[in-house]
Amino acid sequence: MSKVLPLAEALRRHVPDGASVALGAALECLIPFAAAHELIRQGRRDLTLVGPISDVCFEQMIAAGCVGRVVAAWVGNVQHGAAYAFRRALEHGVPRSLEVEDHSNLSIALALEAAAQGVPYLPTRSLLGSDLLARNPRLRVAPCPFTGVPLALVPALAPDVAILHVQRADADGNCQAWGPTGVSAASGKASRAVVVLTEELVEPDVIRSDPNRTLLPGFLVTAVVHLPGGAHPSPVQGHYNRDHAVYADWHARSATAEGAVAWLDEWVRAPGDHVGYLAKLGRARLDRLRPRASRLAAPVDYGC
Amino acid sequence: MIQGPYTAAELMVAAAAREIQDGEVVFVGMRLPLLAFCLARSTHAPTAVGLFENGVVRDSPALDFLVTMSDGPNVTGAVWCTEMREVMGLMQSGRVTLGFIGGAQVDRFGNLNTTSVGPRSQPVRLPGSGGAADIASLARRHVVIMAHERRRFVERVDYVTSPGHGEGGDWRERTGLPGGGPAAVITTLGLFRFHAATREMVLASVHPGVTVEEVRAQTGWALRLADTVIETPPPSAAELAMIRRFDPDGFWTGARR
Repeated sequence: MSKVLPLAEALRRHVPDGASVALGAALECLIPFAAAHELIRQGRRDLTLVGPISDVCFEQMIAAGCVGRVVAAWVGNVQHGAAYAFRRALEHGVPRSLEVEDHSNLSIALALEAAAQGVPYLPTRSLLGSDLLARNPRLRVAPCPFTGVPLALVPALAPDVAILHVQRADADGNCQAWGPTGVSAASGKASRAVVVLTEELVEPDVIRSDPNRTLLPGFLVTAVVHLPGGAHPSPVQGHYNRDHAVYADWHARSATAEGAVAWLDEWVRAPGDHVGYLAKLGRARLDRLRPRASRLAAPVDYGC
Repeated sequence: MIQGPYTAAELMVAAAAREIQDGEVVFVGMRLPLLAFCLARSTHAPTAVGLFENGVVRDSPALDFLVTMSDGPNVTGAVWCTEMREVMGLMQSGRVTLGFIGGAQVDRFGNLNTTSVGPRSQPVRLPGSGGAADIASLARRHVVIMAHERRRFVERVDYVTSPGHGEGGDWRERTGLPGGGPAAVITTLGLFRFHAATREMVLASVHPGVTVEEVRAQTGWALRLADTVIETPPPSAAELAMIRRFDPDGFWTGARR
């Protein structure tokens, strides 16, 4: 049965108020900005956002008041370093108070991987002696039962839903992504539901022609949203490059709470939906982001 | 202040690139280290390999200017695009010889803070670790790149995001950290290394136009000097040309023309 849904419907069904949501799992690329924007439009509240580094996706959702808690390694604007909305929420409770559980990229990866593997925790030799470990009561140090060396133990973290952006998926949810994928696969396997946004909705035969490319098989995927441009302004290899100007604009305007709200009004609420957002960007701007040349992979032979 | 036909950031990139030896496996990171890897790979370290925490592995400089490690030109022509756990795992198993990280606040033992500055009751919040704590814990050695200001160079950091040499001496071994810790700190004023026994940061070179007194004035503890303090070699014309190829508009290395 087809899992294809419109974006608004997929998020209404699978991302309730108070849900924990893995977002931005591929780091600076394949960020499902269109889903974050739709959650802002739908006025979602009390979300827990889970991710390694989130770029301005988390910033925008925090500025919109959707978020009550963040479990992450880094929150801010990668291009400019600043985290205005995150700071306002933590330091001044604007637009609302925010809890944060600090991690490193590896501890987030291990927390999701533990849930993906069905084990209560995974050990690492990272973070020993750091305040990330000392001030996070969920992380513990214990001696290795075999060698006695100290290990940091990272408990499993199973988000309610992962929202992932990919290059292509079929209607059953079998999905394929290329380029770096960060913690995307672990997020999908760890979460109770997975919403996949895809640039291309393809026939199952396309997926089956290259099964090593598969990020997640369809039985792990809850809903598929066909949404070209859904990761803009983050890059999608082979489809569009990063739109740096958006991050600069957010940096300049999110320095004040009013500026951030005005940005969200202009770029999220007023356009009404993703189609309106793309229309506001305009075809010329989107065309400028297209790859200058195609770089097709050499085909591989799966014949038997 | 640095004096020369280059920006402080350009000199820092050149100094960082010189920390990369040919054949090394480098955990690259963002901003200036990205440029340092491209520079080293294009000059004295043609067989260095770069690992990025998003899962990219490259054995060649990126094709074009990068704002982030996930930009298209860092992916096209990569030798491996994989998951974070793979590249982090290789670092944990000792396969990464050098990592680069930046910091907001550093102390005399090279501990870094990128999480929270100021008193616990009213801290100023910073973006957090990203992969920095992992690089500091796991790379066989790492190099710190940051701006040098008195408020950033403090006796003891307010929060240890990325462990350096802890309380000095054999702290890392006692703590169980597998990596060797910080080997150098490259700032806007000079280059620092760590005393072999005490693991305290010592001034090893001052950038052209910078005095030792100036560095001391911008450092929040009684800074010790290396046995000899030299002048940081400025970037060569060839190095500058290469840096400007990878950062044509000075986005990372500052206005200069």
